[in-house]
Amino acid sequence: MDHLPTLVSDARSAIQAAQSVAALDELRVRYLGKKGQVTALLKELGGLPAEERPAAGERINQAKKTLADDIETQRQQLQKAALEARLAEEEIDVTLPGRGQRQGGLHPVTRTLERIEGLFTRIGFDVAVGPEIEDDYHNFEALNIPAEHPARGMADTFYFDATRLLRTHTSPVQVRTMETTEPPIRIVCPGRVYRSDSDLTHTPMFHQIEGLLVDEDISFADLKGTIEDFLHGFFERKDLSVRFRPSYFPFTEPSAEVDIECVICSGDGCRVCSHSGWLEVMGCGMVHPEVFRHSAIDAERYSGFAFGMGAERLAMLRYGVDDLRLFFDNDLRFLRQFA
Amino acid sequence: MKFSEQWLREWVSPQLDTQALADQVTMAGLEIDAIDPVAGAFDGVVVAEVLTRDPHPDADKLSVCTVNDGSADPVQVVCGAPNVAAGQKVPFARVGGVLPGDFRIKKAKLRGVESRGMICAESELGLAEDASPGIMVLSTSAPTGENFRDYMALDDNAIEVDLTPNRGDCLSLKGVAREVGALNRAAVTPPDTQPVAASHDTLLPVDVEAEALCPRYVGRLIRNVNVTAATPLWMVERLRRSGIRSIDPVVDITNYVMLELGQPLHAFDRDNLAGGIVVRQARDGEQLTLLDGQTITLRPETLLIADHDKPLAIAGVMGGEHSGVSSSTSSIFLESAFFTPLAVAGQARSYGLHTDASHRFERGVDPQLAATAIERATSLLLEVCGGEPGPLVDRTSAAHLPEPSRMTLRASRLEKVLGKALEDHHVSDILTRLGFAVSDADHGWNVTAPSWRFDATIEEDLIEEVARIHGYNNLPVRRPAARLGLRPDNEAGVTGSQLRRQMVARGYQEAITYSFVAPELQDVLLPDAVSPTLANPISTDLSVMRASLFPGLVRALMHNLNRQQSRVRLFETGLVFNGHLDHLTQTPMLGAMACGARHPESWSGHPETVDFYDVKGDLESLFALGGCPDDWRMESARHPSLHPGQCARILHRQREVGWLGTLHPDVGRQLGLKVDAVGFEVSLEALSDGGIPGFKPLSRYPEVRRDLAFIIDRDVPVQALLDTAVANAGEHLSDTRLFDVYAGQGVADGHKSIALGLTWQHPSRTLNDEEINQLVASIVEQMQHEFNAELRG
Repeated sequence: MDHLPTLVSDARSAIQAAQSVAALDELRVRYLGKKGQVTALLKELGGLPAEERPAAGERINQAKKTLADDIETQRQQLQKAALEARLAEEEIDVTLPGRGQRQGGLHPVTRTLERIEGLFTRIGFDVAVGPEIEDDYHNFEALNIPAEHPARGMADTFYFDATRLLRTHTSPVQVRTMETTEPPIRIVCPGRVYRSDSDLTHTPMFHQIEGLLVDEDISFADLKGTIEDFLHGFFERKDLSVRFRPSYFPFTEPSAEVDIECVICSGDGCRVCSHSGWLEVMGCGMVHPEVFRHSAIDAERYSGFAFGMGAERLAMLRYGVDDLRLFFDNDLRFLRQFA
Repeated sequence: MKFSEQWLREWVSPQLDTQALADQVTMAGLEIDAIDPVAGAFDGVVVAEVLTRDPHPDADKLSVCTVNDGSADPVQVVCGAPNVAAGQKVPFARVGGVLPGDFRIKKAKLRGVESRGMICAESELGLAEDASPGIMVLSTSAPTGENFRDYMALDDNAIEVDLTPNRGDCLSLKGVAREVGALNRAAVTPPDTQPVAASHDTLLPVDVEAEALCPRYVGRLIRNVNVTAATPLWMVERLRRSGIRSIDPVVDITNYVMLELGQPLHAFDRDNLAGGIVVRQARDGEQLTLLDGQTITLRPETLLIADHDKPLAIAGVMGGEHSGVSSSTSSIFLESAFFTPLAVAGQARSYGLHTDASHRFERGVDPQLAATAIERATSLLLEVCGGEPGPLVDRTSAAHLPEPSRMTLRASRLEKVLGKALEDHHVSDILTRLGFAVSDADHGWNVTAPSWRFDATIEEDLIEEVARIHGYNNLPVRRPAARLGLRPDNEAGVTGSQLRRQMVARGYQEAITYSFVAPELQDVLLPDAVSPTLANPISTDLSVMRASLFPGLVRALMHNLNRQQSRVRLFETGLVFNGHLDHLTQTPMLGAMACGARHPESWSGHPETVDFYDVKGDLESLFALGGCPDDWRMESARHPSLHPGQCARILHRQREVGWLGTLHPDVGRQLGLKVDAVGFEVSLEALSDGGIPGFKPLSRYPEVRRDLAFIIDRDVPVQALLDTAVANAGEHLSDTRLFDVYAGQGVADGHKSIALGLTWQHPSRTLNDEEINQLVASIVEQMQHEFNAELRG
């Protein structure tokens, strides 16, 4: 009993010195286990006079608690140190790039067409597509462009034979839709079109997206509202000036070209807008009665508007691309910029 | 068309500056393309008279002149022009004057001789684009000392208007002035076109055989014309400002009247006409030497002006060399005709020609204009060249003249189309000012189109006219109203957009290549393909429609490899064209091609080259979007572009829908492609055709897995093995995995080891070993039977 203080002091030193959880466990067994040295002292209590027993018992229990606490503290310290060592060892350079495929990207024309489709489908338009090798009837005749019409000179057409050609616009898709669908019709028609023209500002293939809305009581005012909303939406600028300029397309009447305030110089005048402050971005108009007649739609009951634009032109303006031909070189250094 | 602003303002002059006028006209549908000053910016230039010209003492090419510039004393000036001569009137830049380019005129000494000013050439004053060979010589009547700008009326602009093909009526000052008048509600003043009294009665016989094509032919003989007279300066200037060079007074006057009124005219040399004029279609094999010197063989549908012996001109397109006016001409026959647009349309282009006359006739010249125009031209001709006019010959076939279009314009329709009602008097005023005859009708107007408006035939044409002059931007703006109706939704469908984005996620860049390719390229890749060939390609490189996406993708791949990109992954969606025109399919496909490293160059791991299975994995990820991977199969097959041992036909529900493979090394060699590339092409329709998920209850009972390894002949496709395993594994097989394929040490030559992991699970009870053992035994037996497969220990 008298050596209790020595025993405790030795044990505490040993606990302090323990360098592993295993060593600690050993110490706990040695001192506090069933056959441990401190536990053994409890058994000796019976040999003490009855009046000393409570105080001695109290001292032994106190010693047990002290050692148990020391062991727990030391265990926590050891665990903490071990964790810290592991963490230090496992440190990596988080600035190294991640592993795996690099994301590819959509072509800027697709990106542009999908945005435009999205703007229109959200207000109830469907997307319609059609063949690219077309016949004379759907590309011209049904659009009120008879054989000797001067407007045929407006589009230099690629022919296969006397009546088969590469479509010069996506308007044949409108015709095909009107042939088979009862109004109301609301479609946009994106796709490749072809004209035999190749220079700095023309490629023999490019993309158009056209729209058609046919319903009862559709007016030029509706056309203006739709186009304005579209251009504001596409360029994400509510204050973008839009103007409608009378023009001529055989398949619409009245017809208009649509100009927007130059998005490069905000209308001050620059090379892109030929110093006019305006950019021509699309054509539009009210569907010509002759076009309705070809598709057997009652032009007295129904009216409609149509519009069309070049996807490359809009992509160039939106993303600041200054060379049309880049769109078809498929150079990765170009394509990756639109991912 | 290009014209002088001053000239227009003689017809009609609203209170608008040049830019405002141009904007106004543009916004009415006559797009102004350019406004250019008719001369350079210069100052201090006057009309001067050359008094003397002497050779320079020290320079062969210079002369020393004195000029009278209107100031008190003659001025000495050194001039380098070969054509300077005493007695000439010239533009003279005084000391202190400024020429275009801010070139200041100072006192100077040239080779020791003092020079105080400069005699100017056209180009030095910005009056001509090309450098002039000599100084500009003015009429001797030019007033000495007058400011040259004032004398020439150079404070003017050349305005260029880009007209749409329906507005042939605006190919003249008269037409443009009419528009400006209507836009500004301003009066329009035409020039005097009073008939000229005949001074003799000689008529040239005119016979119009093709009356339907030439409903009106007006002509006049003018004798004793001095064709060597000078065209007056004002006319030369107006022509110049309209982009037309002065030739001789007769041609100048016909051009002038064409610009002024819109009527193309032609002058023949009377002495070269045999008999009289015949308007007829060409006869087989007839030839004509044109004014531009080329001889052409005429086609029978071509309308001609002929005499009794031979063709003289292609009607409405170009005259012949032989019958044209020359410096020795004394009598001319002036032609002013109406050829129908159909008579001229396409003719000029078919002979490779495009002339001011054909441009106008194709679009429609006012059939009522011929007589007015010839009177105007005659009086100008008499003024400039003198001569004796004969009476007019007028061959008109009233039956063939276009009927003026009569239309009814309903106020209700106008409102319906424009979305706004316009005031009645406003509508009739617009149409009247444009030349339409308007009378009130019930709830609208009866309208007759003027003879020059070929384009106005239906009610919508009138609505457009009213809208245009009223101003599109003054019309209301609103949004279309529509019934909100849901449309059908195809849940099983996979959209092109989803497929494209999946390719993007797998590291591919989208390409867009031309739909027409070089025939040689297509031949190398697809020697058996048949696809349409363009009749008029832009070049042979772009002449045959692609029968596959491979040619374009290979080309794009090579474009990038040639630009130091070693890792290229591209995909494209688009139509491919197969078959002859009459049995053509236009099929939307998705194709991809990859070469170079499997992963981007990285700090981690070693670069490995992309192979067949990498790209197959990308393709399978597309199949997965549809949710029905079991609809898809691949089988070993042969494709001319692809490596015979690394080529798969893609089947969707047993139908061939595409190809996957490594590019054939020999194809690569022929194309100069130095690396291996793997690609695929598959029908977009098949990829889009997915399924709708169907739920199966989750089992609470344990799974049982058995791994089986088989040794089989190297040539047996693993797919066959898998099929057999699945077919014999009973209904509770829940998963099949292929976890090892091995050939080499430990496996006999010509054989491979295939390890399958099969998992079973029963929905409502625990499976016992015995039943699984039975299934395994039956699989092993069947494998042995079908493939001579041996179960590995």
